[in-house]
Amino acid sequence: MMLEHIYTAISLIAQPYVLLVIAMSAFYGLFVGAIPGLTATMATALLVPVTFFMDTVPALAAIVTMEAMAIFAGDIPGALVRIPGTPSSAAYVGESYALTQKGRAGFVLGVDVTVAAIGGLIGAIILILLAPMLAEVAMKFTSFEYFWLACIGLSCAVLVTKGSLIKGMVSLLIGLFMTTVGVDITLGFPRFTFGVTDFLNGFNFIPAMIGMFGVSEVMRNVSSSDLSFKIVSVKTKKIFAGIGRTVRKYKLNVARSGIVGTFVGILPGAGADIAAWIAYALSKKFSKEPEKYGTGHIEGIVDAGTANNAALGGAWVPALVFGIPGASLTAIVIGVLFMKGLRPGPMIFQQTPEILYAVYVTFILANVILIPFGVMAIKAGNQMLRVPRNMLMPAILMFCIVGSFAINNTAFDVGIMLGTGVLAYFMEANDIPVAPAVLGLVLGRLLEDSFMVSMIKSEWDLTVFFHRPVRAILGGVTIILWSSPFIGVLRARWRRQ
Amino acid sequence: MFKKIGKKTEKLIVLAIAMVMVLGFGLTSVSAAEYPKRPITLVCPWGAGGGTDAVSRILATLLKKELGVPVNVVNRTGGGGAIGHTAMATAKSDGYTIGMPTVEITMMHWMGLTKITYRDMTPICMVNFDPSGINVLTDSPWKTYKDLENYVRDNPGKLKDSGTGYGGIWHLAMAGWLKAIGLSPKAIKWIPSKGAAPALQDLMAGGIEMSTCSLPEAATLIEAGRVRPLAIMADKRDPKFPDVPTLKEMGINWSCGAWRGIAAPKGTSSQIVAVLEKALAKVNKSDDFIKFMNNRGYGLYWLDSRSFAKALTEADDANGKIMKAAGIIK
Repeated sequence: MMLEHIYTAISLIAQPYVLLVIAMSAFYGLFVGAIPGLTATMATALLVPVTFFMDTVPALAAIVTMEAMAIFAGDIPGALVRIPGTPSSAAYVGESYALTQKGRAGFVLGVDVTVAAIGGLIGAIILILLAPMLAEVAMKFTSFEYFWLACIGLSCAVLVTKGSLIKGMVSLLIGLFMTTVGVDITLGFPRFTFGVTDFLNGFNFIPAMIGMFGVSEVMRNVSSSDLSFKIVSVKTKKIFAGIGRTVRKYKLNVARSGIVGTFVGILPGAGADIAAWIAYALSKKFSKEPEKYGTGHIEGIVDAGTANNAALGGAWVPALVFGIPGASLTAIVIGVLFMKGLRPGPMIFQQTPEILYAVYVTFILANVILIPFGVMAIKAGNQMLRVPRNMLMPAILMFCIVGSFAINNTAFDVGIMLGTGVLAYFMEANDIPVAPAVLGLVLGRLLEDSFMVSMIKSEWDLTVFFHRPVRAILGGVTIILWSSPFIGVLRARWRRQ
Repeated sequence: MFKKIGKKTEKLIVLAIAMVMVLGFGLTSVSAAEYPKRPITLVCPWGAGGGTDAVSRILATLLKKELGVPVNVVNRTGGGGAIGHTAMATAKSDGYTIGMPTVEITMMHWMGLTKITYRDMTPICMVNFDPSGINVLTDSPWKTYKDLENYVRDNPGKLKDSGTGYGGIWHLAMAGWLKAIGLSPKAIKWIPSKGAAPALQDLMAGGIEMSTCSLPEAATLIEAGRVRPLAIMADKRDPKFPDVPTLKEMGINWSCGAWRGIAAPKGTSSQIVAVLEKALAKVNKSDDFIKFMNNRGYGLYWLDSRSFAKALTEADDANGKIMKAAGIIK
């Protein structure tokens, strides 16, 4: 029965037209992902009018392939010029850029593409085998569980910070403060808007991220009196040497982050970006050499790079089983399914299993071809490092401007990008890390919304946060995480006595 | 010698191109003096991937065929729709920027989010209307609408309802319904959410007991047998859900729903409005559009420029009153 479906699905995919669509969407995805400001979600929305004139299988295959390529391609500008191409790469741009500065750009990106493909496959296999079961679990998450999840996510800030913990906290609070600007979604009250319509939207996350990573880097390069700029040596031969060994060395990390990433992706309201942050923090927590993190250590990149691609498969789980999107991208997928006359839900598993299996087969295929297509993109991208810095920097600034304008077609976002860029420059000049602020921007709204909604539900009864087993466990984990530094200090003191 | 001729020919070619271009532009500006002659921007006030985005994109694709110029959808999101609506109201009224206003235009200004109202726009047409439903879980004790109503009467303030943010359309639908059956608009607690999908997820997870979102939004879960629609707040039954009664049938005088339309900035000339209205009327009747709307489960609807303007005036007034009565605004 199942073999029969798989066979039908393969015959649906193995058509010249479908394969051509897959190849074209692969190029499209790589392009979109590599350009900061163009996200996978936006690219999918642009694909929708095109898919309207396609059959169901090529339409879905185009989306699946495109998103896998885009999420990986976001790593390319991240490693080369320290600007994440998509929010999912934000967690580890600092790390990959540090490795690039050591002349190991090819190595970082080679590892990235390999673990992205493996992560994507793990996500796909979990989707194929366990979708209905896991969807049931994810649907049990209410605002209370999301509140704890956001708290655990914020705790990652401590782990991703290098250097002073206080300065990391300052950075996190800057990020959290920025998310309070705009219309508060629980009560619809405009905050810190000063009557300006543009401020109602608050600080759009993507321009802020581009500014914090990209513009600050441009400013640092321009203002640096050191004209030698550590000329980055680009290896042309054997740029991918040592990748297989690295991936084998960290095979347990890959497995762990693949599973963590998929599960975070399944939760509606948490996507590939949060998956990458959590995987990166877990990686540092369990690493044998946590002191190396932030200085160009590949281990964290292996974890986060696996998790964000794994999350893609996860996001399809609630979408296919209940028609509830796991991320904004799968919201579009649901729309496309409806447009094709298919209703996502338990019925799709019985009525049109061949379509479902075609999606599965595309998931596998897209992640397998990710490696050759990705390698091509890396080779093209690496050429960028040969460009002299005095020509590269203005070009990067231009991309920052175009990217932040493109996300919402407004000059206001360009202003946000430049403003946060200047802010990040001064933060880094004073040894305040930028990564926790970006994490704060990612999680601030989820934290506030889930807390406020929970409080409205329970009428300010705080004990409700521990009422059901899942939330009690998550709450317990949070409290242990937060109290462990104090316990450590107390124990050390007790031992000395 | 070859070089010499080369240079001469080069000059000639440049001259020829220049002449063709001048002539070409001159001719087009003469022959296509009528609207539209360049690409049109369609402002969508909601994000990529949502329902309004999907409707505006299919409309844009089909409108392009009718008008012969590209129609580009631009998402201007945020501020609960305020930013996009402001963008379409304050654009140049030359017909090259139009927008897809949604029901929020009749509500946001009451909330104090923006000063923009429907009066800052030239309504062109309404293309879609989806009434609010009253949805509960299938394994809940409420089998019929009456069960639920009686429960709310006996236990005011006990149930939790969601579907959109505070002061959003589904909140208003709930408040108006409670008012129509003579209960306090606070007899059911409103839990704000980012939209129908997260609200339905919370319903499934047991965080809330009911959702007053539209039936197309809940269609998947209804068909999966997880969610039971008890009633819709419309004048007539939805042909896709013929078993779901309307409040009207049960003698409750309340209907409410979300709509989408097309509007241009205030002061757009009547010729331009007429061109757009005619093209959109054709699109609205086209097989592609009907197929799209049916597949997505969205309610097809048509109001021309004049009736849309009238409907807006009435809805704006009525919504303000209900929001006041419900204590959503002071």
